[in-house]
Amino acid sequence: MSAPVKTMNMIEAINSAMDIMLERDPATVVMGEDVGYFGGVFRATAGLQKKHGRTRVFDTPINECGIIGVAVGMGAYGLRPVPEIQFADYIYPGLDQLVSEAARLRYRSANDYICPMTVRTPFGGGIFGGQTHSQSPESIMTHICGVKTVIPSNPYDAKGLLIAAIEDNDPVVFLEPKRIYNGPFSGYYDRPVEPWSKHAASAVPEDYYRIELGKAATVREGEAVTVLVYGAMVHVAKTIIEEIGVDAEIIDLRTLLPLDIEAVEASVKKTGRCLIIHEATRTSGFGAELAALVQERCFYHLEAPVERVTGFDTPYPHSLEWAYFPGPVRIATALDKLMKD
Amino acid sequence: MPETPRRPAGNLPPLSLHIPEPCYRPGDTPDFSDVPVPAVDATPRPGEATKPDAMRDLCYGLVRVLDFDGQAKGPWDPKLAPERLRTMLRYMMTVRAFDDRMFRAQRQGKTSFYMKSTGEEATSVASTMAIDRADMVFPSYRQQGILIARDYPLVQMMNQIYSNRGDHLLGRQLPIMYSAPDYGFFSVSGNLATQYPQAVGWAMASASKGDSRIATTWCGEGSSAEGDFHSALTFATVYNAPVIFNVVNNQWAISSFSGFAGGERTTFAARAVGYGIAGLRVDGNDPLAVYAATQWAADRARTNNGPTLIEHFTYRAEGHSTSDDPNAYRAAQEASAWPFGDPIMRLRQHLETLGEWDGERHEALKQELDDLIKTSQKQSEKLGILGHGMHQPFETMFEDVFEHMPWHLQEQCEQMLAEQRAKFGPDWKPE
Repeated sequence: MSAPVKTMNMIEAINSAMDIMLERDPATVVMGEDVGYFGGVFRATAGLQKKHGRTRVFDTPINECGIIGVAVGMGAYGLRPVPEIQFADYIYPGLDQLVSEAARLRYRSANDYICPMTVRTPFGGGIFGGQTHSQSPESIMTHICGVKTVIPSNPYDAKGLLIAAIEDNDPVVFLEPKRIYNGPFSGYYDRPVEPWSKHAASAVPEDYYRIELGKAATVREGEAVTVLVYGAMVHVAKTIIEEIGVDAEIIDLRTLLPLDIEAVEASVKKTGRCLIIHEATRTSGFGAELAALVQERCFYHLEAPVERVTGFDTPYPHSLEWAYFPGPVRIATALDKLMKD
Repeated sequence: MPETPRRPAGNLPPLSLHIPEPCYRPGDTPDFSDVPVPAVDATPRPGEATKPDAMRDLCYGLVRVLDFDGQAKGPWDPKLAPERLRTMLRYMMTVRAFDDRMFRAQRQGKTSFYMKSTGEEATSVASTMAIDRADMVFPSYRQQGILIARDYPLVQMMNQIYSNRGDHLLGRQLPIMYSAPDYGFFSVSGNLATQYPQAVGWAMASASKGDSRIATTWCGEGSSAEGDFHSALTFATVYNAPVIFNVVNNQWAISSFSGFAGGERTTFAARAVGYGIAGLRVDGNDPLAVYAATQWAADRARTNNGPTLIEHFTYRAEGHSTSDDPNAYRAAQEASAWPFGDPIMRLRQHLETLGEWDGERHEALKQELDDLIKTSQKQSEKLGILGHGMHQPFETMFEDVFEHMPWHLQEQCEQMLAEQRAKFGPDWKPE
């Protein structure tokens, strides 16, 4: 008899991952602003406090430095904390605890102490969140040596990756693309939202399973061009590519650090062209790192310069959100240029 | 840019910006006669379960036990047996001898950096003796007295200071940034006050697991200005965490006097008032007062009565570290003018008053400890000193960034080894 499978959206899958880990491992604790009784502003922790008790799932003061700082101390005691930062835009007051403490603890103490913490935080725009509820700070995280950066793009991956992240003995920043919590996003903001139930990846086993960190997924196989993408942009890229009809290979990176370099390298060497898409601002974005790696490893296989499609180097605007968003036109233009060269 | 409206000047006085300035600078003769010295028995000892709002006065008073004639008096007297007092004296004298020796080693070029705790030995030693050996300490960088009072091997401390082959931190950390889990001593960060919320997290975990261990943490009065300090106190009061916050008010944060952390306006113990937690202000040069206050706070935390903030009112008798010259920013005679004297001399005087100690025994102990430190130093230096030879295999630089080394670090490690071969020849091999 196979394990029962349920249709879940991203939120339900993330909730299920925490539920299972709270059940399996008495060291797991979930905390953050509004996560307890209320169940989180996005409902990711709904029902968990009632089921697992107030000492396992609890609300915290509005104090990100404190949330990450106490999580470091809990980890030193032997707990496995899963703090939520309500929006990735609010992680900055806790950054010193993340960069100088969580990320360095194993190294500086030569394994005397470890920090098995998973910071969950919703990120990205497309929800009319303005400049303080839309940012994509993933390259700040990948630049810290000592934390892993994980970004799921669908319910099935979200659950398996989150379980692996919680079980990991190093700090993980788990960035959740909030635009696709309730359904994959086509990139066309004026079209009706498709629910996850119509997507194959919404079939999520109810039981425990893991997706290994550091492994990319091939979303679509192709020969003409490699598209490196993650999070909400996976679905945007897929929509545009299918519309244009280009035979692209879409690689969903899933973990930015450690990166699945083998998958990237094999695909680019096969196609000879590479398009990188992210919503984050362009300069020093993760695309710069990817472009450098592709250049270093695949230069003699490249038929054209590596292209980047990104957000602009401005704060995320509120009313002009869709002019900022790297949507269909920007992706199609870049693909056009890349295929002509 | 549009201009903000300006208020018509009228006859209002001009606003003035206050920049704190210490009373004494180099060349001045310090006079501390305005520092309040409450009578030794003037500060009451409330019960350990007293509500914070009923004991606010203690944040502005001073817990004292030893008077200046060496007599233990008043409600805070912990009434320790002479043998225990002699142990305390021994630990404090060990710290001082160790500091002197390691300071000199830095001056001799054997390591890069050192920090003494001269004049503050009572704060860490007496406090450690008042808590349980299993309680967890999240120290700052000037609490070598904690390791010494928990009998951590001196040679291992020196190995860390020299970053030598015996350094179990593999030469990664600046000297004195120890880590000792077996001794309940958290890894010292160097970033200020970051250990404060971590101690609260540890204490919360202990409470949530129904453990009986408590956490203590340390910072200086200057670091109490950091956001982490306030984050920690907020979390501690919210969750009633079993934690003791120690603020060592040694008057100076490198060259900035306590006024730059708000010390001109109120005491540091009084920070507790706003958070609704218990606060005690203690003569930090009185080892028995430090012991008694810590014991009170530990009993309080262990009986689910919540956190305590203890301000240790003391004086940093030497520079911040080997990297600064205090004569460049403060009056030279401040330490000798400090109204609360020297903690080692005060405990010695007390023991002598009790008839439990004398000058001869004191000199003998001093000699014994000097010899011990010298022997330990020789033993440690056999394992190398900083900058003279390679003490750690090169690859250790890439280990422990993660539990398992990812590909990019493996590649960078290979690159580094190739660089060493280029430098030292093709026959070179990693140690």
